[in-house]
Amino acid sequence: MHKGILLGAFAGMALAAGAASAGTLDDVKARGTLKCGVNAGLAGFAAPDASGRWEGFDVAYCRALAAAVLGDAEKVEFTPTTTETRFTALVSGEIDVLARNSTWTFTRDVDLKLDFIGVNYYDGQGFMVSKDLGVTSAKELDGATVCIQTGTTTELNLADFFKTNGMTYQPVPIQTEAEARQQFLGGACDAYTTDASGLAAARSGYPNPENYIILPEIISKEPLGPVVRHGDNQWADIGRWTFNALVSAEELGVTKANLDEMKGSQNPEIRRLLGVEGSLGKMFGLNDDWAYNAIKAGGNYGEIFAATIGEGTPSNLARGLNGQWTDGGLLYSPPFR
Amino acid sequence: MTMPVAVTAEPFRLSMLIYDTRYRSITIQIIALVATLTFFGWIVSNTLANLAALGKTFDFGFLQQRAGYDINQALIPYTNDSTHGRAALVGIVNTLLVAVLGCITATIIGVLVGVLRLSSNWLVARLATVYVETFRNVPVLLWILALMAVITDLFPAPAAFRGDNATAAMMANGTVAITNRGAYIPWPVFGTGWQAVAIVFLLSIASAWAFGRYAHARQVATGRTLPTFWIKLALIVLPALIVDWLVGAISFQVPELKRFNFEGGGFIDKSLIALWFALALYTGAFIAEIVRGGIQAIARGQSEAAAALGIRPGRIMSLVILPQALRVIIPPLISQFLNLTKNSSLAIVVGYADVRATLGGITMNQTGRELECMILMMGFYLLISLAISTVMNVYNASVAMKER
Amino acid sequence: MDDVAWTRTEMLGPEAPPASAVGIVGWMRANLFSTWLNVILTVAALGAIWLLASHIVPFFAHSVWNASSYSECREIVARTWGEGASGACLAVIRERWKQFFFGFYPADYYWRPTLAFILMFVALAPVLFSSLPRKMLWFSAIFPGVAYWLLWGGSIFFPIAIYLGFVAGYVAFRVAERGPSFLPPLAAAVVTIVWWLFIAGPLANLLPDIGLPAVQSKQFGGFMLSMTIGVTGIAFSLPLGVLLALGRRSDMLFVKWISVGFIEFIRGVPLITLLLVASFLLNIFMPPGTNFDIILRVIIMVTLFAAAYMAEVIRGGLAALPRGQYEGADSLGLNYWQATRLVIMPQALKISIPGIVNTFIGLFKDTTLVAIIGLLDPVGLITSIRANSAWNGIVWELYGFVGFMFFICCFGMSRYSQYLERRLRTDRH
Repeated sequence: MHKGILLGAFAGMALAAGAASAGTLDDVKARGTLKCGVNAGLAGFAAPDASGRWEGFDVAYCRALAAAVLGDAEKVEFTPTTTETRFTALVSGEIDVLARNSTWTFTRDVDLKLDFIGVNYYDGQGFMVSKDLGVTSAKELDGATVCIQTGTTTELNLADFFKTNGMTYQPVPIQTEAEARQQFLGGACDAYTTDASGLAAARSGYPNPENYIILPEIISKEPLGPVVRHGDNQWADIGRWTFNALVSAEELGVTKANLDEMKGSQNPEIRRLLGVEGSLGKMFGLNDDWAYNAIKAGGNYGEIFAATIGEGTPSNLARGLNGQWTDGGLLYSPPFR
Repeated sequence: MTMPVAVTAEPFRLSMLIYDTRYRSITIQIIALVATLTFFGWIVSNTLANLAALGKTFDFGFLQQRAGYDINQALIPYTNDSTHGRAALVGIVNTLLVAVLGCITATIIGVLVGVLRLSSNWLVARLATVYVETFRNVPVLLWILALMAVITDLFPAPAAFRGDNATAAMMANGTVAITNRGAYIPWPVFGTGWQAVAIVFLLSIASAWAFGRYAHARQVATGRTLPTFWIKLALIVLPALIVDWLVGAISFQVPELKRFNFEGGGFIDKSLIALWFALALYTGAFIAEIVRGGIQAIARGQSEAAAALGIRPGRIMSLVILPQALRVIIPPLISQFLNLTKNSSLAIVVGYADVRATLGGITMNQTGRELECMILMMGFYLLISLAISTVMNVYNASVAMKER
Repeated sequence: MDDVAWTRTEMLGPEAPPASAVGIVGWMRANLFSTWLNVILTVAALGAIWLLASHIVPFFAHSVWNASSYSECREIVARTWGEGASGACLAVIRERWKQFFFGFYPADYYWRPTLAFILMFVALAPVLFSSLPRKMLWFSAIFPGVAYWLLWGGSIFFPIAIYLGFVAGYVAFRVAERGPSFLPPLAAAVVTIVWWLFIAGPLANLLPDIGLPAVQSKQFGGFMLSMTIGVTGIAFSLPLGVLLALGRRSDMLFVKWISVGFIEFIRGVPLITLLLVASFLLNIFMPPGTNFDIILRVIIMVTLFAAAYMAEVIRGGLAALPRGQYEGADSLGLNYWQATRLVIMPQALKISIPGIVNTFIGLFKDTTLVAIIGLLDPVGLITSIRANSAWNGIVWELYGFVGFMFFICCFGMSRYSQYLERRLRTDRH
């Protein structure tokens, strides 16, 4: 009577399973929700709050994308991923987009068959040490014990840095930010290395932040960005231009508050961006108010930054490289034309 | 005087494949065979199609590529210039290391607690029960994480050993430092002439063994016993010590506090310590139950008879009860060893570089070769468990009750 | 005899025992200080208890229930108990307990998993307590469908359509039972699968969409996720384990080899590697384009994992049956499946229940491993709560709470299985 109950489970899944073979956009529209892979817990970038609602910088991008595609910023299913599972989850179709502070590198782009659709945060790997150590430069860390997150590019950068400087170190691999805090504050490692943004965010959460310094050396370039599967250009375009829309909106002074007002703007680029003029959205299969919706979800890039990781938040990060190009930063959106 | 039974040559009919019990089982097996092969063929063809769609190939060439990452605890030489294959090997050695250490410690804990649970001392027996129930009923993953947190929080950082008002001090006459990074211990350095010491040491082990045989023969012949343990210990240790003292071959390097860490001497990473003891304490609780069950399985008459012969309680345990209980204890004990080895794959949560963390973790992550890495890793674990079950079968055959 | 005056006619009452052998003193002498070794052990045990208690008791005595962040907790502890005092910040449990139990399940529907959990005991009762009326087993049989419907929601007709597949399979089984012995299971399997693949879906779609609002399995988390994975794994692994156990005892060499190969393979590799397969490889093994969510994939691998262990438990049960039962069934003229279904399995399963409960305890504890592949079970939730800036730095309260909950569940179940074992031992004559 119980024969093949497992096959039954398979059959049940066959009913529930959707085919991911068509375009991702069609899948997302048919499903009615966007599946977004995020960090399982990184303060400021992605973490669930007490009511289970996901919040953070990467999360905000997912909501903007959902708003652009589906017209509703709440139609996102967040999938927590680890450093190990993130790319597989994307490639296997479990998620539609991965926004999990992942570094854009050659091998990931080419060999792992991913498409990075932009850089939403320019970062670099740095070191943090306790002031008591009396270290002022990363070059003085010979023989130190270093806490490092496994499964990331930081691991390889660290090995390269110590090698080129002819120094040795003892790695303490850790899995999560919370663990790093415990190890570092407990003195189990002399230095903690990760992206400089992560260091600053972590430090601001410590009981005595003034006792720790971030060393001046930035030993790598870490352009972090959202990722989609290789080979679906339409979907990659949507992801890329949704992000560009958020950046352009800041450049053009379009904010969440003045969005409707801006619809009446005389600036032709704003009019094109908000879908008042031309029909950019139609070109990749969305409604013309796609960018309007995306900006409405959480505001423009600057507003998202300020609300999640910017100065005054627990992460307390300065814009730095992530300012608009007009302010000396690296954010430079191609024109909406 | 058996007569060959003449089998009537019944003509074969197709329906006999179903209705004749002689052929029916063949029919079923062929159906099962075809179904199994079809299933595997289906999986292989799906896999090939999927890999082709992803533009991936199936090859193990990545094992020859430079790994590029560092490993905190390696028993064999390894740098970040070594290959991924080498990193996998480091992981395998580390898995075996923690498995062996864990099994030994778990056995010691288990036997001790198992015996204590049956102790006549009310308090000790209750305490042993509390230990067993607490550790058995909480997931091992939590124990590993908790032990790691205990080490990080309770032991001093190396900086605490520094300066005039140091809050921590080295133990064992200033040779051992236990910190929240791990244990720094003295390590032997082999100078010239260490071979002589080694030869003397081997010879003294041989003589201790010969003495053991002599003492046994003497006891059998005359009934008088010798303090074999102390004599053997002296035979093994003293000659080598004397030779070493004369030649001055082997010295111990003591860890010293340098700029950041203790340096010199040996270092046991805390991830190893946490994993080792968490696995040992967890598995020890199960072993304690096995030991208790084994002892209780021995009929009471055995210990009463031994007591009637005037044997002391300690000796009753070691000479009468345990040898018999072992027959009951060993098979489940070995399957606990297997469990411990498999549980050691949780090493990654404390950052211990076992095979799952190197081959199935960082290497897989850096190269994107999930299929190849998983095949290698599962193959390794299968090999270990096959080896352990072979040992178990050999043992079972050797202790099987000789029934006449 | 009666005339012998000096003979007592009754026994003298016993003397009162010496003061040192009665009461607390006597008890302590007998149980704590009987020999020097015992004295040493007692002192050592007292020392160990003191050491543990001196750390743990103040920690919980100074606990704080009302605070919105870890730093606030520490402030309160420092203010109330003095600088440097340690105190548990149980406010985090107070804030997050719903998440620990229900994960991200919509708060309005908390009654659904709760009801499913309660109904589970109703369904288990007739299995666990043989004194209850046998008719209750019918509820046990439909419980999986009810639980599925409560947890995931959706149209009520979907589980009903699936169940009708069992009915169809059973009818086919009974119809084919007069045929050769391999026919009934084959017919049942084929009819059931055909029903599920080709009839159930359209049928469920045809009928009106009456039911509960659907909940995605993404929203499962916390103990509810552990329970779902554990219970589903055990429930599905039971029939699979029965088949594997029968296969392993089969005379047919090839069937036996498949069963042995499967069981030994699964038992030879750690569960985490199987979970990694679920996470990384299962989609690659399926036809291109197939995609189902990670929790379903985990449940599949956990089911296969549990089935191998279940098979060994049931094999033990089968081996423990006296030969006479097999021979008796044969002599009644029952064929293989009839004998198995009517005579062998009911008895073998009954004596396997303690083993099955133990397998479940092991599996339930092992569900924590899903945290490693990024699911938010209780252990995974600890990570995400610790990442929250309000609770940065909190450790022991969370581990302690999760460990305590697991302890309660597992300890209760293991006590129950010990009770069963004792009862079964006296049951058999």
